[in-house]
Amino acid sequence: MYTQAMDIPDESGKKLAVVAGQSEQEAAFEARIDADGRIEPQDWMPDAYRKTLVRQISQHAHSEVVGMLPEGNWISRAPSLKRKAILIAKVQDEGGHGLYLYSAAETLGTSRDEMIDGLLSGRAKYSSIFNYPTLNWADVGVIGWLVDGAAIMNQIPLCRCSYGPYSRAMIRVCKEESFHQRQGYEALLVMMKGTEAQREMVQDAVNRYWWKCLAMFGPPDADSAHSAQGMRWGIKRISNDDLRQKFIDATVPQAKVLGVTLPDPDLKWNEARGHYDYGQIDWQEFWNTVEGNGPCNKERLATRVKAHKDGQWVRDAAMAHARKQQERAQKEAA
Amino acid sequence: MNTPALKDWPLWEVFVRSKQGLEHKHCGSLHAADAAQALHMARDVYTRRQEGVSIWVVPSAAITASNPDDKGELFDPAADKIYRHPTFYEIPEEVGHM
Repeated sequence: MYTQAMDIPDESGKKLAVVAGQSEQEAAFEARIDADGRIEPQDWMPDAYRKTLVRQISQHAHSEVVGMLPEGNWISRAPSLKRKAILIAKVQDEGGHGLYLYSAAETLGTSRDEMIDGLLSGRAKYSSIFNYPTLNWADVGVIGWLVDGAAIMNQIPLCRCSYGPYSRAMIRVCKEESFHQRQGYEALLVMMKGTEAQREMVQDAVNRYWWKCLAMFGPPDADSAHSAQGMRWGIKRISNDDLRQKFIDATVPQAKVLGVTLPDPDLKWNEARGHYDYGQIDWQEFWNTVEGNGPCNKERLATRVKAHKDGQWVRDAAMAHARKQQERAQKEAA
Repeated sequence: MNTPALKDWPLWEVFVRSKQGLEHKHCGSLHAADAAQALHMARDVYTRRQEGVSIWVVPSAAITASNPDDKGELFDPAADKIYRHPTFYEIPEEVGHM
């Protein structure tokens, strides 16, 4: 998973407005939120809550689906049969996570077709981390360790999201995600025990991915448009900056065990804060990629569009088969 | 002819039984053209890690659900019938487990 895009406004987000004055339904909704209860699909909910969730869950689903691409490129080039089997399982999981999430979003009244159309037309956002290339095998390990590691940090609080179907989907996703991080870290450990060239590959991959992973948590709290309302509604539980700090604190010791250097000269333990201090994130690069100008934005989208088009005959054939079966059953019944 | 218009793959609810003897539990939903395909896809989506030994798929449209507005009417009457629970009854300690 990969939920950096959760806070990224898109077309639908611009129209959100909180209407003043409370109806009885609204009061009941607010009371349930305050009591840390769950909102279910049939329950009344404010329009803005519904729209926020549709945007967030569909962006999350798109991220899972597009997330298959950078790693999928390495399935045929994995260094051993074992790594190939592991990678296929991981990529299949990501596809599955996308499906859980699309289903959760559909309970809010949007359709699968609408969401897919949003992705393929370029209207919808997905996590920017997938708009960077995977240049060598170490990238696959680093994606597991750092990208999935950041994703897990983001997703664990979502298991307590106020919207029932989303929180249940996230529980399932989190259960599966831990394998993703561990397989990546272990693959890197193996490389670090190899040749000097292999160690350099790992360090190079870490250098390229570290800052992008920190950006995955979204803009700083001060600049995060949707955060406050999301917190109020129990959609978001921990702020972008707090999650980012948690991720850094957890990752520094892991990097030490692995034997790599995290590419930040300002990264050091702050005794007073009880956290690691870290340097400035390049937000301009982040927004540039979000806006569609990252190194792989066009390629990723084109790949998805092609896959969808190429799969059209399969969807049509399945429909035709189902229709035929249905007609046959009716004829027999008559 | 009442053949439903099959334009999009309909939605199916998936129930998985985790072990022999336990009940099927709802675990999610998916789109599929027909029941056979729904079963096949449910296997791939929901049982990649031996989560189940049996799967049911049910067309989502076939499920009749209680109305959330009726929640009070339907479920509140059970709230004050505490005598339906074993803990309502005090049994002398020497009787032991009952």
